[in-house]
Amino acid sequence: MKCRNCAKVATLHITEIVKGVVQEHHLCEDCAKPFLENPHLGAKSAGVPAGPTTGGATSSGEAPVDEQDRLICPACELSFREFRNQGRLGCSHCYTAFQEELLPLLENIHGDTQHCGKYPKRVPEDNQRQFKLIKLRNELREAIAEESYEDAAKLRDQIQQLENQLSGDATR
Amino acid sequence: MDLNDLARSSGEWLKGTGPESDIVMSSRIRLARNLSQFPFLSRADDGVRAEIERMMRRHLQELELKGHLNYVDVNALEGLDRQFLVERQLISRELAESHGSRGVGISAQENLSLMVNEEDHLRIQVFQSGFNLERCWEEINRVDDLLEERVSYAFSEQLGYLTACPTNVGTGIRVSVLLHLPALVATREAQKVFHALQKIHLTVRGLYGEGSQAMGDFYQISNQVTLGKSEAQLLKNLRDVIPNILEYERRVRNQLIKENRPAIHDKVARAYGTLRSAQAISSEETMQLLSHVRMGVNLGLIDDLDIPIVNELFIQTQPAHLQKLRKSHLESAERNSARAAYLRERLARN
Repeated sequence: MKCRNCAKVATLHITEIVKGVVQEHHLCEDCAKPFLENPHLGAKSAGVPAGPTTGGATSSGEAPVDEQDRLICPACELSFREFRNQGRLGCSHCYTAFQEELLPLLENIHGDTQHCGKYPKRVPEDNQRQFKLIKLRNELREAIAEESYEDAAKLRDQIQQLENQLSGDATR
Repeated sequence: MDLNDLARSSGEWLKGTGPESDIVMSSRIRLARNLSQFPFLSRADDGVRAEIERMMRRHLQELELKGHLNYVDVNALEGLDRQFLVERQLISRELAESHGSRGVGISAQENLSLMVNEEDHLRIQVFQSGFNLERCWEEINRVDDLLEERVSYAFSEQLGYLTACPTNVGTGIRVSVLLHLPALVATREAQKVFHALQKIHLTVRGLYGEGSQAMGDFYQISNQVTLGKSEAQLLKNLRDVIPNILEYERRVRNQLIKENRPAIHDKVARAYGTLRSAQAISSEETMQLLSHVRMGVNLGLIDDLDIPIVNELFIQTQPAHLQKLRKSHLESAERNSARAAYLRERLARN
């Protein structure tokens, strides 16, 4: 698992709870130091660092790390703790079983949680169009960021066309 | 497939042809894929691993590719042969060092390899000599499509292709280029470049990928992010950045020549001289000296040697290659003598 701030390996796994909202931070030692000294630059935090295997009680009395660690994928029986230790998931269903825990992690690693690349042809046609829409919107965002307005206009047309097709199918 | 035949050639990624091949050794794309009906390998027992291997072996052998695909049972290989395939980049160190049923399909030109039971059920890789990512993508996408007609990949509408490690999920793609950067390394500019690359989510690794040391001034630059961007965007990202590094390396090379031609010429000539006359030489020293020689050839300081030969020497002086060429197991000291003898003979022939 990589540190969310740099390319080093994350060795500290910190669970932060702010007003009941649980957040995971996976950091390397260097990035963890400034974070622990000043978690959110002024924001009050009830964060409690938890080592990979220790878990830890929080000030609000909850034990989210322990709870997370106890989660088990019903398909392959991998526990979240095992995943945390080895960095590998046990089966494709783990992504569903640990979805809540994994999404913040994926956001840290990739800066995104929605696939917009290739999709297998076996996926139903309607879903393929949805994927295509996601992909086009992503490209549109990039075209605008790069100020390629001609490309952006073309992409907008394609999006519009696809949306029409989808709504047409829905009303049929 | 006779690995001894392979030992005498140098393979696609060392051909020394293609765009920008003075600096870009090769372009490579790999895709990580898993079969939907099996658990990932960390939860697969020997029986499941064997079943996946049998199934994938059959599909790979029946795949309608342009050329012939040789399937190698990696589990049945000796350590030396596994190391040999690692040196040629046809398998990863992870596949070589793991255990149980596993294999690799290799195309005749060695520009395609399909690893079965690596970290994921399937890792497809395509290589091209020089800077040619588009060609790699066209080829790998075609192979992936062909496989997809036969097997059902683990895929989620939100997260894309599902992989054993969350760092590969989404596209499952790793786009990389292998660069030879002797001038940036010599002037310590390389670290600054690598630091800048990390900030834009590109990873820098040594010649043999993750965890390997940078040998012979070779560095692999690749994407870090695999989710939330399309394959085309990830390709474009690398394609846009690499020319800047190439331009920088060339600028520093020219500056070095302009400011201190005699010293550079001396370093290159001494490296060439040592390679042609040493009686015992380690793999590391060989890589370092070949790196100087390679830069010397590109700068016109050596005129009786071609880049493809230098590239060939990079691979054939590696420990497993040397032993395959000599057809015997050699201890470290014996290897150093054999390496020196090989270099003397090869460079005298030239």
